[in-house]
Amino acid sequence: MSNHVAVTVRVNGVDREIEVDPRATLTETLRDRLGLTGTKKGCDRGECGACTVLVNGRRVLSCMTLAVTAHGAEVTTVEGLSSGGELHPVQRAFLENDAFQCGFCTPGQVMSAVACIAEGHATSDDEIREWMSGNICRCAAYPQIVASVAKAAAELGGAAR
Amino acid sequence: MSTATRETVAGRVGDSAVRPDAALKVRGEFAYSSDLFADDMLWGATLRSPHPHARIRSIDVTAALTLPGVYAALTHADVPGENRYGLDHRDQPVLAEDVVRYQGEPVAVVAADHPETARRALDRIAVDYQVLDPVVDAELAMAEGAPVLHPECPGGNVLRHVRIRRGDPEATAEVVVTGEYRVGMQDQAFLGPESGLAVPAEDGGVDLHVATQWLHVDQSQVAHALGLPPEKVRLTLAGVGGAFGAREDLSMQVHACLLALRTRRPVKMVYGREESFFGHVHRHPALLRYEHGADRHGRLVSVRAEIVLDGGAYASSTPAVVANAATLGIGPYQVPNVRMDCWGVYTNNPPCGAMRGFGAVQACFAYESQMDKLAERLGMDPVELRIRNAMREGSTMPTGQVVDSAAPVAELLRRVRDKPLPPPADPTDPRDLPGGVANTTRGDGVVRGVGYGVGIKNVAFSEGFDDYSTARVRLEVLGGEPVVSVHTAAVEVGQGLVTVQQQIARTELGIARVTVLPADTGVGSAGSSSASRQSYVTGGAVKAACERVRDTLCALAATRLGREVGLVDGKLVTADGAVAASIADVLGDEVIERTVEWRHRPTFPLDPLTGQGNAHTQYAFAAHRAVVDVDVELGLVKVVELACAQDVGRAINPQAVLGQIHGGSAQGLGLAVMEEIQVVDGTVRNPSFTDYLIPTIVDMPPMVVDVLELADPHAPYGLRGVGEPPTISSTPAIVAAIRAATGRALTRVPVRPDDIALAGSASRPVPSRPEVPCD
Repeated sequence: MSNHVAVTVRVNGVDREIEVDPRATLTETLRDRLGLTGTKKGCDRGECGACTVLVNGRRVLSCMTLAVTAHGAEVTTVEGLSSGGELHPVQRAFLENDAFQCGFCTPGQVMSAVACIAEGHATSDDEIREWMSGNICRCAAYPQIVASVAKAAAELGGAAR
Repeated sequence: MSTATRETVAGRVGDSAVRPDAALKVRGEFAYSSDLFADDMLWGATLRSPHPHARIRSIDVTAALTLPGVYAALTHADVPGENRYGLDHRDQPVLAEDVVRYQGEPVAVVAADHPETARRALDRIAVDYQVLDPVVDAELAMAEGAPVLHPECPGGNVLRHVRIRRGDPEATAEVVVTGEYRVGMQDQAFLGPESGLAVPAEDGGVDLHVATQWLHVDQSQVAHALGLPPEKVRLTLAGVGGAFGAREDLSMQVHACLLALRTRRPVKMVYGREESFFGHVHRHPALLRYEHGADRHGRLVSVRAEIVLDGGAYASSTPAVVANAATLGIGPYQVPNVRMDCWGVYTNNPPCGAMRGFGAVQACFAYESQMDKLAERLGMDPVELRIRNAMREGSTMPTGQVVDSAAPVAELLRRVRDKPLPPPADPTDPRDLPGGVANTTRGDGVVRGVGYGVGIKNVAFSEGFDDYSTARVRLEVLGGEPVVSVHTAAVEVGQGLVTVQQQIARTELGIARVTVLPADTGVGSAGSSSASRQSYVTGGAVKAACERVRDTLCALAATRLGREVGLVDGKLVTADGAVAASIADVLGDEVIERTVEWRHRPTFPLDPLTGQGNAHTQYAFAAHRAVVDVDVELGLVKVVELACAQDVGRAINPQAVLGQIHGGSAQGLGLAVMEEIQVVDGTVRNPSFTDYLIPTIVDMPPMVVDVLELADPHAPYGLRGVGEPPTISSTPAIVAAIRAATGRALTRVPVRPDDIALAGSASRPVPSRPEVPCD
C-alpha cells in the first residue's frame, strides 16, 4: 500500500527490510509479516505479557510498540534465543521444571525472564515474583516459573548486573 | 540372551515424564490455533449484537460487500443446514434470526483480505434492532409472568430443576443456621483466544483446524449447521492456549466453515481479548439459600437448600451443571435428611456453561460458609465439625449412591490443619503485605486469618451419558527398533494428556519410543477434555488398546517361537524369566494395530421427583487451608499461603498433578477475591484484563501440597480425576480466612475491598488487631 513506510530492523540477528503500515504493531509485524508466531497476542493491549520481546536487549510489550519505532533496532524473539538447536538456559529451566501447561504465555514468560535475569532482578524469589508480574499465566504455573527463573539466574550468574 | 539385557524404560506411569510438546512450547514453535496460516487465506470477523435483548427487523450487508477486499458477508439466511447448535439442547442460532438474546450474540460474519478490512466491513452492516427489556434476574425470570425467552422450553425460563429428597425433608434439629450466598460470574480467561482455520476441500466438505475441548461434538454440531454429512467436516486439533471449560461450546467453528465454503478459500478467525469475553460461556452466577440443622454435638441432621443458577441466554451445559450443584450440593458430608432444589434458568445475561468445577464450585462456597457458621454457633472448631460429619468410603450420597472407593475427607482436613503455619509478615517489606509495592501499609491495620474448605467433585460424565473414549495403538519396527504410535481424538489443553498417553503406552508395552499422533476426527471420539475425565477415560482406552496389541504380539511370538511368552520390559520373555526374543525379531515387517472403545462403569439418571440414582462414576476430594493477611482499613487481601491435600488415586505424572493443584487453587483464589464479569442490565462492563483481574505471579501464594494415592479399584491404575477438585475448595477456604481476620459475614464472592472496609457491611465485631507488629 502507498502509505506504508520502509523499516529496517535486525530480527534474531538477521537484517530485515520491510514496508509496514505505520499503525502496525511490532506483534502483528513479527507474526503476520515475518512469520515469527512464537510471539503471542493474548490481549493486544499490554495487559498479559504474552507478546514480550527484547528490543535492543530490553523487554518490551510488542503489542504496545509500533513496528516503525523499531527502525534501526535489534529485536530478539523467542525463536532467536536458542543457538544451534541448543535451548537457552531459561528455556531449559522452563522445560525441566514444567513451568507451563498450555504454554501460550511461555514465549513471553521466557523473554521476560531472560531480561529479568539480565537486569539483575532475579536475586530472590520475592524479587523474581515482583519483576515477572507483568506476565500472566492462567494455568498458574507460577511456582515453577519462579523456580525456573531462579535456576536459570544461578546458571547465568555472570549475566546479572 | 539373558535377563541382563532387559531394562525398564523411563517415562512410565508414576514418573514425572517431560511433556513431549515441551521443547516446542519453550521454543515458541508450538502451533496454536491463532498461529495457523494458509496461502491465499482470508480473515473472518463477526458482527455481534450490542443489545442483550432485541428483535431484529432487518439486516443489510450490501454496503459491506461493496468494500474492496471483502469476499463474503453472511447472515442466518446463508446457513445451509439447521441454524441451531448446542451441547445439550440445540437452542442457539449460528447467526441470529429474528431475536438476539444476549449482548455479543453473533449476527453476521464477513471474510476479507485483511483483518482491518474485515473490521471495517462489519461497520458497514446495517442491523435494525427493536430493543426489548432484558430479563436479567434469574429469580425474576422464574416467576409467573416473566417474558419467556425460549418459547419451545417446556418449563418457561426454567431449563432444568433437580429435586433431591433424602430421609425426612422436614426433619427438625436442635441447632439451625441459615444463610444466603451469591457467586459472581467467573470467566475462564484462557490466554489463547478462540481461533481456527477452515479450509474448503475438493469434495465439497471442509477441514477445520481449531482449538477446542471435544473434536467430535464440534464435528457433529458443525456438520448439522452446514447441512453436510459428518465425514465431510474433518477436524484437526490445533494448539490450545488453555480451555478450563470455555472451549466445550462452539465459538467460531461454524462461522469459519461457512465463510470458507462460500469463498472457496481458507478462512482464519481469531478473536481479540474483548471479543473473547463475548465468545464463550462463563461460570454460572448463583444464588444459594441454605439451612443446616445439627444436634448439639455438631452432628448434621439436615440440610435444606435452594440454588438458582443463571444460565444466561442459551442452554449450553446448564442442565449438567444443575445436576452437579444439586447432587454435590451438601458437600462431602454425611447428612441423613436432605431437601435440595436446584434450578437452571434462562435470562438475557451472557450464556453460562462449563468452567472448571462445574456446579460444584458455587455450592461449595455456600455449604462451607454454612459449616463455618454452624461451628461458630456451636462453639466448635471448624475443622473438628467437618471431620465429625465427613463422608468416608461406604457413605451414602443424598442421591442414595454409596461411595464405593476411597473418600478420605477427614484425612485431607487433618493434613492441611496440621501443616505448620507460615511466619508473620515482615512489615518492613511491602511485598509481604496487602497492597504490595503500592506501599499502602507498613503493617498497621493488617490482621491475619486462617480458614478451611473441603470439596467434592464427580469425575467424568454422569446421569447415564454414554461416556467413552477411543484409542488406536500401532506397533511396528522402524530402523530395527520397536515404535508405538497412539492415535486418539483426545484434546491436550495443557493438562498433560499427551504425556499421560505416552506414559501408559510405555508402561504397558515397555517400549521407549512412543509417538502421540495429532488429535483429529480420523479416529473415534475421545469425549471431552473436561470433568477431570481424560486420564481416566482416554487413559483407560489407551491402556486397553495397548493390552490388545500386547496380546496379539504374544500370540504371534508363541506361534513363531513355539512356546508361550509374555511381554516384559519390551522383551518377549518365557515363564522362567529368560528373554526369548526381541520385538523386532518377532514382528519383522508386520504391523500390529488395535483400536479400542473404552467406557467407565455406567451411570444412571436421577429420579425426577426424588433425585435418587447412581448418577456419578467416581468422586474426588480436596481440602485447603488458607492463610491471609487483610488490611482491614483498605479492604486489601494478601493470600499468604495455601495448603492443599488431595487424593488422586494414583499420580500418573506427579509433576503434572502438582501443576493441576497449583492451577486449580489459583483459579479458586481468583473467584475468592478478584474475578468477576460485571454484568449490568445484561451488559458486560469489564471485558478486558485491565478490568477483569486474574491472579498474577504476585497474587499466587506459596503452596504446601500433600498428594494422597488411595487407589480406586474401578479406575485404570487406580487413578482419580485431578483437575477440578483444587478449584473448588480454595475459594471457601480463602473467604473463611478473611472472615476470621475481619469478622465480616462475606456472603458473596468475589469479596471486594468494600465488603471488608465499609462499616455498613459488618455483621460481627472485628477481632483484636493488629497482630502484625507496627514499626
